[in-house]
Amino acid sequence: MRINGTEHERAPRPGQCLRTYLREEGCFGVKKGCDTGDCGACTVHVDGVPVHSCVYPAFRAAGRSVTTVEGLDHPVQRAFVDAQGFQCGFCTAGFLMTAAALTDDQRTDLPRAFKGNLCRCTGYRAIADAMDGVVHVSEPAEGKAVGSGLGAPAGPDVVTGRARYTFDLDVPGLLHLKVLRSPHAHARVVAIRTEAALAVPGVELVLTHADDPGRLFSTAQHENVTEDPADTRVLDDVVRFAGQRVAAVVATSEAAAEQGCRALAVDYEVLPHVLTAREAMAADAPRVHPGGNVVGELHATLGDVDAGFAEADEVYEGTFRTPRVQHASLETHGAVGWLDGDGRLVIRSSTQTPFLTRRALASLFGLPHERVRVIAGRVGGGFGGKQEMLAEDLVALAVLRSGRPVKHEFTRAEQFTSATTRHPFEVTVRAGARSDGTLTALRLEVVSDTGAYGNHGPAVMYHSCHESIAVYRCANMRTDAWSVYTNTVPAGAFRGYGLGQVSFAVESAIDELARRLGIDPVEMRLLNVVGPGDDLTAPGDHAGDLTIASYGLDQCLAHMRKASAEPDEVPQGWLAGEGMAIAMIAAGPPGGHHADATVTRLGDGRFEVAVGTAEFGNGSSTVHCQIAADALGVTPDRIVLRQSDTDAVRHDTGAFASTGVVVAGKAVLHAARALRAQIDAGSEVTSAEGHWGGSPRSVAFNAQWFRVAVDPATGELRILRSVHSADAGTVMNPVQLRGQIEGGVAQALGATLAEHVDLDGEGRVTTTGFRQYHLPTYADVPRTEVLFADTDDAIGPLGAKSMSESPFNPVAPALANALRDATGVRLTELPFTRDRIWSALREAAD
Amino acid sequence: MDLNTVAEVISPAEVGQWRPGDAWLGGGTALFAEPRPHLTRLLDLTAAGWPALTEIPDGLEIAATCTIAELAASGHALVEKCCHAFLASFKIWNVATVGGNLCAALPAGPMIAMGAALDGTCLVQGPEGERTVPVKDFVTGEGTTVLRDGELLRSVWLPAASLTAVTSYRQGSLHAHGRSGVLLIGRRDDEGGMTLTVTAATRRPFVLTFTDCPDEERLQVALAERIPDDAYVDDVHGLPAWRRHMTRLYAEQIRRELAS
Repeated sequence: MRINGTEHERAPRPGQCLRTYLREEGCFGVKKGCDTGDCGACTVHVDGVPVHSCVYPAFRAAGRSVTTVEGLDHPVQRAFVDAQGFQCGFCTAGFLMTAAALTDDQRTDLPRAFKGNLCRCTGYRAIADAMDGVVHVSEPAEGKAVGSGLGAPAGPDVVTGRARYTFDLDVPGLLHLKVLRSPHAHARVVAIRTEAALAVPGVELVLTHADDPGRLFSTAQHENVTEDPADTRVLDDVVRFAGQRVAAVVATSEAAAEQGCRALAVDYEVLPHVLTAREAMAADAPRVHPGGNVVGELHATLGDVDAGFAEADEVYEGTFRTPRVQHASLETHGAVGWLDGDGRLVIRSSTQTPFLTRRALASLFGLPHERVRVIAGRVGGGFGGKQEMLAEDLVALAVLRSGRPVKHEFTRAEQFTSATTRHPFEVTVRAGARSDGTLTALRLEVVSDTGAYGNHGPAVMYHSCHESIAVYRCANMRTDAWSVYTNTVPAGAFRGYGLGQVSFAVESAIDELARRLGIDPVEMRLLNVVGPGDDLTAPGDHAGDLTIASYGLDQCLAHMRKASAEPDEVPQGWLAGEGMAIAMIAAGPPGGHHADATVTRLGDGRFEVAVGTAEFGNGSSTVHCQIAADALGVTPDRIVLRQSDTDAVRHDTGAFASTGVVVAGKAVLHAARALRAQIDAGSEVTSAEGHWGGSPRSVAFNAQWFRVAVDPATGELRILRSVHSADAGTVMNPVQLRGQIEGGVAQALGATLAEHVDLDGEGRVTTTGFRQYHLPTYADVPRTEVLFADTDDAIGPLGAKSMSESPFNPVAPALANALRDATGVRLTELPFTRDRIWSALREAAD
Repeated sequence: MDLNTVAEVISPAEVGQWRPGDAWLGGGTALFAEPRPHLTRLLDLTAAGWPALTEIPDGLEIAATCTIAELAASGHALVEKCCHAFLASFKIWNVATVGGNLCAALPAGPMIAMGAALDGTCLVQGPEGERTVPVKDFVTGEGTTVLRDGELLRSVWLPAASLTAVTSYRQGSLHAHGRSGVLLIGRRDDEGGMTLTVTAATRRPFVLTFTDCPDEERLQVALAERIPDDAYVDDVHGLPAWRRHMTRLYAEQIRRELAS
């Protein structure tokens, strides 16, 4: 086989697909997104013909000429850099290889041409611009980096296949780990017979609950360990969801590890299970954990809610439901581990939290922190899913037991059955207002299903009930909320961290009140939202360090009003309507979020900036370069980043809770300014450090507006126009910020219009691939006009606020409100697929 | 994905070689897209050298190993539309085969829709010899066919009369360019009759034949009588009630189009 012009003699294995063969031959630019032919990340050319190499029999490529992204030399690569047509970049090689093979005819119909290429980050607008040759990036002058459209530093590596993600390295002597997973939603593992597995040639080690290190922990990662219940073991003798680890087989090949798993004989004592949160709350429900099924609850009041409702002229009450949603980052979870020359445990992981993972591993295995190193390469998407330790513990155990390098890479199916999901919520909201629109009372009843483990469960529940209602000035509020265990795949952190689910209910209710009172929905918000200087209050004990350090919600609302004033053409016979919703989010989590940065003079005019933060398409690295360049008075090409390595700096809580700019960026600013001050003072000092502790915190605002048309005959919904306004404080990089917002809106449109992880009656996930679980494609995502409020934050670095999670949150209610406006029907359960819209219209008509 | 239990590939393979643990291999896009731990050998048909498309006086013979890309370029408008009904990318078309789509027997399989709507016939070969089966009867349910162990699908024959007939096509999905939740094709014959083929919405193809062009009521009664409610697919690609509704809606649109 000729690969990128070079002959490769080694014959592939009989059942091998071309993707793995090419990677074994060193072409790491060929990515695994799904391994089922659906995402296109593995696209290569065979004799000039584009194919998905994951479903292409490798033997068939013998004697042919294969081109991968490493061998591509095409103008579209430059175009993807110029338009920043990528974020994490994991799907990019597939897009490039596809784009390079398109005929002129196909280029005129990109929604069709790209139906086999999935991007989870960008929302496709930037890809469309790349295809159109639009140039967005700019090369800023000295001192002008902040505010410029500087391209991501990794861009050239991403478009040539040189960027190194988690598994893109060759480790000699690597062993492969495969997991046997529970078929039962709840069972005791009575016995595991391992003899046959150990007899499989190539199997080196079998790990069962007998090998568990004996410490309870949480897979969730937060600065404060006690935030998440310690209820999980590396390998447990009780399995609490179908898909949970039962045993692991470590072998010299994936084939042997898989065969070893099949050879394990397990006796289960099946236990009674409970699959829904409501059922789990019943007194006689099966217990998922010994302490009971409610893992966190909040019951609190502000003011007098009964008096508030008595005062109301109009009261609305409704119950809203959101399903499980998968993060679907194109790079799956997984880790590679080994012992370094010094015998130190090294874990290279697809993680948003290298430092917290190091801490968790050290504590789990009783090792001093300095005996564990965690690094992340470029991470192929996170969205909260990688604020979780789902592979590293098992890899560490296997490395420590075998003394050999070990890799554990999730399959796409395992992502669905055995990683985490967005928390499914049921929210009952009751809202009252006077005829002049003033909110008099707001009551929330929130049931959040955390699944079999409590990772992020209580924290998501608390957060969900804060900014979603604290954005409103309402004297009387009552919240009752529960985070509940069930025997289902665990939920975890997901972009928005609970706010989106509760905002779906609250923003729908505010819309309904406005409608009933005959008040314009924008006016309704203006009447009731918090203003500059207001306290941010919600029932319950919430951290007191959150303030409005800049205020742009009024500008966001003005953008919504302006959008509404402009008409759109509606297809004949279709119902049209418009709707909007708002969101507020804290710039960073409560309870401290720390980042250290070190800036070092390299002596050749360049500076090294060391940060702990991982880069997974969030764009923090670009902003860190911009901040450092301006503070040091150089152009950004003089900045060299060293990142996401526990050896790089002292500590970094991690890239989650929208902290990449406001916390890590502030640490970089402090370090760079400190070094600049030394240089200006003529000091010979070569490096300086910076730190930020993540408190006090400001808030960011978002508003989303849609005009939609609905075909009542089929349930088809078309978005005629989408406008998003964001108050992110100082815009550090308008190209990236726009991309983050578009990506958030697109991902939220997936959750609003398409996505749901389904379980069967036994609790097993049935949507285990991208054919059953529909991610937004190029054809699905409309352009969103992105507008920025003009504000300057008093807390964030150079006036910036966070903006990676919050664009997600107003999308579902804005769309629900537009649908209500168009059809007269209030939809209360996500997602709004065509069949469900049609059913709802039909029910309403009956 | 890697099929790690496969220890041998027979290429080219032929009828008679099949034994338990074997799978006939077309393009591989379906076979390699799921774990298949029961497989030990692949019997490669694509190396057999069957001509992809053969124009014969009474129609078109499509080899099972004809790729979707080859078929889409064959110059038949309805055939090309059916190719576009694939959820899969044009890159998959370069590899996936007509036979593979038929043998996968998924409700949304557009080659099943095409073959049934154009009155196609499958040529099946096995150790005991050859037999022919109408395409509409080849698929018996979700993922099941009439193929017996050791049998393979050799080709599909489409009659010339069908290929030149006036047809009408409707495809519905939950998403733009998405997987078919409903796929209907109507065909008018020379004698003034109409044939309506319902796929994707149903677990197997339903072909309704009318000797004339029915009125709306007769068409709807026929749909209700011939397709039982439990024949509509219940999965993530559409609620059964919506699929039934869309079937009836599209059937009427097709009736009007063919009547005019």
